[in-house]
Amino acid sequence: MPATYIQAINQAMHEEMARDENVLLLGEDVGVLGGAFKATDGLLAKFGKERVVDTPIAESLIVGAGVGLAIQGMRPILEMQFIDFISCGFDQIVNMAATLRYRHGGQTACPIVVRGPCGGGVHGGIYHSQNPEAWFFHVPGLKIVAPATAYDAKGLLKSAIRDDDPVIYLEHKFLYRRIKEDLPDSEYLVPIGKAALRKEGRDLTAISYGSPVHAVIKAARDMAGEIDIEVIDLRTLLPLDWATIRASVAKTGKALIVHEARRTGGIGGEIAARIAEELFEYLDGPVLRVASMDTHNAFAAPMEEYILPNQEKIAEAIRKLASY
Amino acid sequence: MTEQKERELYFWLRLIREYEDRISTLDKQGKIQGGIYSGKGQEAIVVGICHDLRPDDWIFPLHRDLGAFLVKGADPKRLMAQIFGRRDGFAKGKDSFLHGGDFSHCIFGATSMLGSTLPVAVGTAYKFRIKKEDRVAIAFFGEGASSRGDVHEAMNFAGIYKLPVVFVCENNFYAYSTPNELQFAVEDVADRGPGYGFRGDVCSGNDLHSVMKAAKKAIDRARNGEGPTFLECKTYRYHGHSEHDGAAYRSEEELITWESRDPIERWEVYMGKRKYDVAAIRAETTERVKKVVDEALAFAEASPWPEGTEAMEDLYATPVEED
Ligand SMILES: Cc1ncc(C[n+]2csc(CCOP(=O)(O)OP(=O)(O)O)c2C)c(N)n1
Repeated sequence: MPATYIQAINQAMHEEMARDENVLLLGEDVGVLGGAFKATDGLLAKFGKERVVDTPIAESLIVGAGVGLAIQGMRPILEMQFIDFISCGFDQIVNMAATLRYRHGGQTACPIVVRGPCGGGVHGGIYHSQNPEAWFFHVPGLKIVAPATAYDAKGLLKSAIRDDDPVIYLEHKFLYRRIKEDLPDSEYLVPIGKAALRKEGRDLTAISYGSPVHAVIKAARDMAGEIDIEVIDLRTLLPLDWATIRASVAKTGKALIVHEARRTGGIGGEIAARIAEELFEYLDGPVLRVASMDTHNAFAAPMEEYILPNQEKIAEAIRKLASY
Repeated sequence: MTEQKERELYFWLRLIREYEDRISTLDKQGKIQGGIYSGKGQEAIVVGICHDLRPDDWIFPLHRDLGAFLVKGADPKRLMAQIFGRRDGFAKGKDSFLHGGDFSHCIFGATSMLGSTLPVAVGTAYKFRIKKEDRVAIAFFGEGASSRGDVHEAMNFAGIYKLPVVFVCENNFYAYSTPNELQFAVEDVADRGPGYGFRGDVCSGNDLHSVMKAAKKAIDRARNGEGPTFLECKTYRYHGHSEHDGAAYRSEEELITWESRDPIERWEVYMGKRKYDVAAIRAETTERVKKVVDEALAFAEASPWPEGTEAMEDLYATPVEED
């Protein structure tokens, strides 16, 4: 039976909570309701209300209490009902969790996972469509993962739960039920910090993560006779798998970065800068970016479609880059 | 209380006073980099709350609670190295003052974001609850910090689950320069306790007996599963907000009034009434505390600065190798 992306997330939590009694979940409506999107379905029935905790609407509390649990040897998963509300827990993430180990001189770890639905494409409007990775990309001490497939969603969440550092786990809500795949029967992990080479190619490297990965792969397939595109799915954003990026760009000489977060201040800028710094002599063209327009994610369908990256914008950028 | 315990309590009051006075002097001499936030005048609170805690109870001190570190068992030498930003400090020089805790004594280091440790204390208490451990978490905060959203979020959650946590508000009447009437519209901050479904108690933070009595009730209640307490200790800080603050916003009379309620002198009067030889105890204690602080200082000054490259250490528990 193929599993959807959200079922994969649900399976990961079921498996990890069964495996380790110190794993627990805090969030809004995660219990009886099973989460706003059903990501936590069945967990309350299986693990009880001490380990599946319906919290008040209090994101600072959710993250801060998670840190308190973590220093006591627990491994909390902290659900943001929509990732947008992570801004209300921002201080606890960047100043408390991210600095915890450092400012205690290595006396403690901070094994928390902050997860929640990110991204647009579902007409969620300004406050239910954000891609907040860049807010956290700047913060040492954090790890950020953003799976694009059901396989990775499960394997990365399991790794995140077992990781001793704070991990921001960005699950893309557009993918929740739109993609499915057969998952292995036996247990597996996807390592944090390793990108996936989705397709090999010689002419140019397309680097992406999260929802747009699928559009990039499709473009690469559609254009296969014309341009030979190598597709990298980053999977982990912090820290970046720089070795994979470098090897690919050194081979193809051209790099395109595609992300759904808006362009200005997005992490594509950092990747582009680093390619320019370290691979300048390999480059046969400018590093290009396809990203959301520099505005808030608008609600009305035509506006949202205008703002987000899509197949057409990606194909256009690929042609432009290939022409150099 | 036995005479031995009363003398021990006196030692802690005096040690904290000496330790903080010495740091203030060092600061004036330019020997310390970074801010120093003296808790002078507030010693009875940390002594009264922390003295009878168990080693595995956790405390979450505020920026003025250097004394809490000492009473809870932190090594005075390492604490001084921490304040000096040296490698032997709890943060190995990553940050100074009270931003590095001592996990071996269940002491959590604060961030600079006021009130941010309360959710963490509450998470800790939640763990004690679900693992059926009869331990308690003590969260210290100022009356100024009580205005923050984090404080509300933490207390609300602790009330729902009747968590084994004591919220200790050290009300010293000023948040930096801001007096209480510009901070909240209630007389006692403890009035907020009942709003979260638990008790709010007020005690004199300058009277060790008063603090210990209130603390015992609150801690017992937490340990017995009866839930949190909001314990407000009324007190006063003698120094400015930091050593660089002349505190021109308050009157000289006010300071003098509070100095006449000094927690240490008060304890000496009490010991006198108990017919102890106060002069002898005072002299002997002076020797003892001086020695502890001298040693701490020598240790800290001898402790090396960390190397620049150490700035990249202790960032991740499981680093992901680049390249
Ligand atoms: C969130 C936050 N805002 C502002 C500050 C700056 N600040 C540091 S201490 C302080 C006053 C704190 O007053 P209170 O909580 O009553 O504690 P006290 O210093 O009086 O012991 C302020 C405004 C801060 N550290 N954190």
